[in-house]
Amino acid sequence: MRYNWNWSILFEDPYLGWILSGLGLTVLVSSLAWVIALVLGSLVGIARTVPVAWVRTLAGFYVEPFRNIPLLVQMFLWFFVLPEIVPEGMGRWLKRDLPYPEFWTTVIGLGFYTAARVADQVRAGIESVPKGKTQAGLASGLTWTQIYRFILLPLSYRLMLPPLTSEFLIIYKNSSLGLTIGLLELTAQARQIEDYTFQGFEAYITASLLYALITILLLVATQGLERQLRIPGLIQRGT
Amino acid sequence: MLNFDLQVIWQELPFLGQGLLTTLLFATLSILVGLVLGTLLALMRLSPFPPFFWLATAYINLFRSIPILLGIFWFYFLVPFIIGRSLGNFASAFIAFVQFEAAYYSEIIRAGIQSVPQGQIGAGLASGLNYPQVMWLIVLPQAFRNMIPPLLTQSIVLFQDTSLISVINVREFMGASRIIAEKEGRPVEIYIFAALIYLLVCLISSQLVKFLEQRTDPKRRRSTETVAVVG
Repeated sequence: MRYNWNWSILFEDPYLGWILSGLGLTVLVSSLAWVIALVLGSLVGIARTVPVAWVRTLAGFYVEPFRNIPLLVQMFLWFFVLPEIVPEGMGRWLKRDLPYPEFWTTVIGLGFYTAARVADQVRAGIESVPKGKTQAGLASGLTWTQIYRFILLPLSYRLMLPPLTSEFLIIYKNSSLGLTIGLLELTAQARQIEDYTFQGFEAYITASLLYALITILLLVATQGLERQLRIPGLIQRGT
Repeated sequence: MLNFDLQVIWQELPFLGQGLLTTLLFATLSILVGLVLGTLLALMRLSPFPPFFWLATAYINLFRSIPILLGIFWFYFLVPFIIGRSLGNFASAFIAFVQFEAAYYSEIIRAGIQSVPQGQIGAGLASGLNYPQVMWLIVLPQAFRNMIPPLLTQSIVLFQDTSLISVINVREFMGASRIIAEKEGRPVEIYIFAALIYLLVCLISSQLVKFLEQRTDPKRRRSTETVAVVG
């Protein structure tokens, strides 16, 4: 195995910029997608627990396809199929006038996909709150809205923090799928550097370390949050 | 806009079917090898011998923090370097894929092993078995029973993830679909068809998992267990 190591190439003109812009895109896309996933996922997850049967069924219809079709296929559906099947004016706008189509498609695709996973976590979290609390709430004259607002949601979101953290970590890794529709995020940039310079080791090691760094930073940040929001008196996973 | 051309799917069905078979082959091999490697990793991580623990922990954390796509590119580049020649896209994708899936499986298996009460190990050791025997004869059989549902769920995720290997031009189901969609200029029909097939396979499998989950649920199992004890 002969290989000429050349780490300095990563600091030369176009390549350093490529890595930094790739890293920036990865962080930006994942963060925006996470906002969608958290908001939409919470709504769908709550809808799956409400005491109205047709709302629960409807929310179930959202989760199944988004969980059971591979993310890569979903990306292609958003990018190649959606513009063809919506009304013509809108399709033309999606194809021609939408700025940075690969960026926004990745954000939307990733967000909607992760929302289905978040919805499952939210539902499980709400269902894990003992039934007695809901009954006590009803008995003391609270409305359903109040029960969710004051009892179910505050309790379940604090319990859900660890699983939501791992979804947050997964979204960073999944953002790499943006490259299949042409988004030049971190993985794509590493690959491009390998193509241009044949210094694959340097490019891939750097990208791997950056992903690991993101993971570590996020873990440290959320562990602090977990400690803050811990419910006293419950056995919870030690940090 | 909505003029679906089902002809194109019908016409390319053999090619797509070939792709689906490749996907199934790839997924089956990955599940088998991934489970074996995952079990080894989990045992190493729980081993009383510190170097094993550190090695497995480092490996698992590394592979869990890197996207599979990056790993697929990594090994596509790395394999020819190590063995001096290319093994082909399928084998290279497989080597990368299996390592990631082993890391994912190992966390499930570790949790399963840890769900077996500590006293079982002590009882085994006290009755004269050595550590490997205790693991193989007492802990693992009980642990695997507890982890069948999460392992199956992870296997469905694995099945979905196999679509990723199309990025290095393996002609599994998604790869075949991409080729047809491009060649025929019919992305709408082809990708919707691909999505439906994946949906169908995964829905059926997850229903199966739910069914198994209910059967292995301790509340329902109690009756059969009593019989077993009496018998």
